[in-house]
Amino acid sequence: MYILGISAFYHDSAACILKNGEIIAAAQEERFTRKKHDSGFPNLAIEFCIKQANIRPSEIDNIVFYEKPFLKFERLLETYLAYAPKGFSSFAMAMPIWIKDKLFQKTALIKEFNKVLDKDINWNDRLLFSEHHLSHAASAFYPSPFERAAVLTIDGVGEWTTTSVAIGDGSDLKVLKEIHFPHSLGLLYSAFTYYTGFKVNSGEYKVMGLAPYGEPRFADLIFENLIKLNSDGSFQLDMSYFEFATGLTMTNKKFDKLFGGPARVSETQLTQREMDLAASIQKVTQEIILKIAKNIAKETGEKNLCLAGGVALNCVANGILTREKIFEKIWIQPAAGDAGGALGAALSSWHLHKNKKRTITSKQDSMKGCFLGPKFKDDEIEGEFKACGAKYNRLNDDELIDKVASEIANQKAVGWAQGRMEFGPRALGGRSIIADPRSPTIQKQLNLKVKYRESFRPFAPSVLVEDVNDWFEHQNDSPYMLLVANVKHDKRRIMTDKENALFGIEKLNIPRSSVPAITHVDYSARIQTVHADTNPRYHSLISKFKEKTGFPILVNTSFNVRGEPIVCSPTDAFKCFMGTELDILVFENYILLKDEQDLSLIENYEEQYELD
Amino acid sequence: MMDFLKEMWHFLRVRKKLWLAPLIVIMIMLGGLLIFVEGSVLAPFIYSIF
Repeated sequence: MYILGISAFYHDSAACILKNGEIIAAAQEERFTRKKHDSGFPNLAIEFCIKQANIRPSEIDNIVFYEKPFLKFERLLETYLAYAPKGFSSFAMAMPIWIKDKLFQKTALIKEFNKVLDKDINWNDRLLFSEHHLSHAASAFYPSPFERAAVLTIDGVGEWTTTSVAIGDGSDLKVLKEIHFPHSLGLLYSAFTYYTGFKVNSGEYKVMGLAPYGEPRFADLIFENLIKLNSDGSFQLDMSYFEFATGLTMTNKKFDKLFGGPARVSETQLTQREMDLAASIQKVTQEIILKIAKNIAKETGEKNLCLAGGVALNCVANGILTREKIFEKIWIQPAAGDAGGALGAALSSWHLHKNKKRTITSKQDSMKGCFLGPKFKDDEIEGEFKACGAKYNRLNDDELIDKVASEIANQKAVGWAQGRMEFGPRALGGRSIIADPRSPTIQKQLNLKVKYRESFRPFAPSVLVEDVNDWFEHQNDSPYMLLVANVKHDKRRIMTDKENALFGIEKLNIPRSSVPAITHVDYSARIQTVHADTNPRYHSLISKFKEKTGFPILVNTSFNVRGEPIVCSPTDAFKCFMGTELDILVFENYILLKDEQDLSLIENYEEQYELD
Repeated sequence: MMDFLKEMWHFLRVRKKLWLAPLIVIMIMLGGLLIFVEGSVLAPFIYSIF
């Protein structure tokens, strides 16, 4: 039995297919259309899923949409009514779109299925709708390695819900309680994303990366004015400071007055104030998540916790939650944002609608390392490279691993694509840019000359799981790069008094450990543990690098430039390789050196993508 | 359209939100009117109402 899950029409459209409850394939539409956070109908992702499952469209038993449009419309109407006459401009903008398109989403979906799949099938009978936060909760619990767990979902907003607590037990998943719009931790964080001059829905991780440069001097102000945190972890926002419920911005003049000035204009100089604001909202978020988690543990007595929703991508908060040991084990859905809703929708239908039993087959989880996207065969790779005019060589596995490890040790930046593409926002060694973590200059070099992004942005380490305890204050697996932990003391470099006195962005240029490229200014690192069973080739590469250098770590960042979706195909990879200062491109067993390429193929890549 | 109306009615009943029905009807009629006259000679007159 095949179930297709889809998320679409808000941001990060995606599709996923299950075969008898097993995840066969999942991918975000942006990877195929090359449009970041593409919100359109995911026809290419659906086509990929069907091809990967090797089935005809008629074999799909159900298609499940990740949220309920009527419920969302109800929230919009009631919100506008509650705030009327305020919010008329937003109302006038939103309603025509709803009346023309969104309210008739079922009809629109069926039209698309007829176009993309098979017009002779009555899709109306096969189409189901899940609730947004139930989809998130299902994506967090069902693939987890736990028989029982408490499930916490936190994001901006779904239909009404912004935060939910559920209990998963075997194949059952029951929502216990919810916090409703407009009281939203995700939207509070997004308000500060907006206020610090970044794009809402994509700049949140920049705020998180900026936070260690600042001091949380506004945290008390936030707690005293913006959010009332109750003893059970529930919270209410003071909406007089926010505009998002009715307006076209996140914050208002009262908010500006509270924090002593207007929002930073996008792409202007970052100051210590933005860093302090980032540190403050990060601290507030952490405190709230901890309080919620403590209360869940107390109320439910559960030993395990599963997390999903956009806020679950806040890996600094996740790291603290892990270290606080409120729960024995924590599992976080790697595609915690809306893309993962496609997966959760399909899983909730399998277990809750069809009442199918859940069997836990792996000690780790059932996400298959999150490598659920397309993989390319040799003839496809050669065909695409030839069409691009690329000059390439094919090496066998041993030669390739040895060559790439040596080149990385020689400070070369490598575009590394192999196996199936990752599902979710993180590159985990399937479509990554990798480099030497020992280099004190590689962070700046990668940020400015390869990724074309802000210099303050940190890079993450991929570390062999066998060695993680030697390098980081972290005991458990972190295969999805969703936890932040500190570099161990014996690997750190002791700062001089002068260096300690530096403020903000000045801290960036001071190496802080023997692996400075992945050590953030507060000694933290967003760890990815690499496992031989789920990621064998990448594991071999890091092992070879360790053999040559003694360091079981590589710098790992997503294979893209700022504003570009992560590369999918050999053509995408070649374009990115030629448009940036990457030295080497590896796609499966094919290796391309920049020095050997036709330089006339270089395009101005930096300006091809809209800034995120 | 009939399917849509049936589903909406069912939704409002389940959610005990029948009081939203008149509002939705008015909005759909106005929205429909806007879409219908889009590009026609009537458009400027209709838009001026809003």
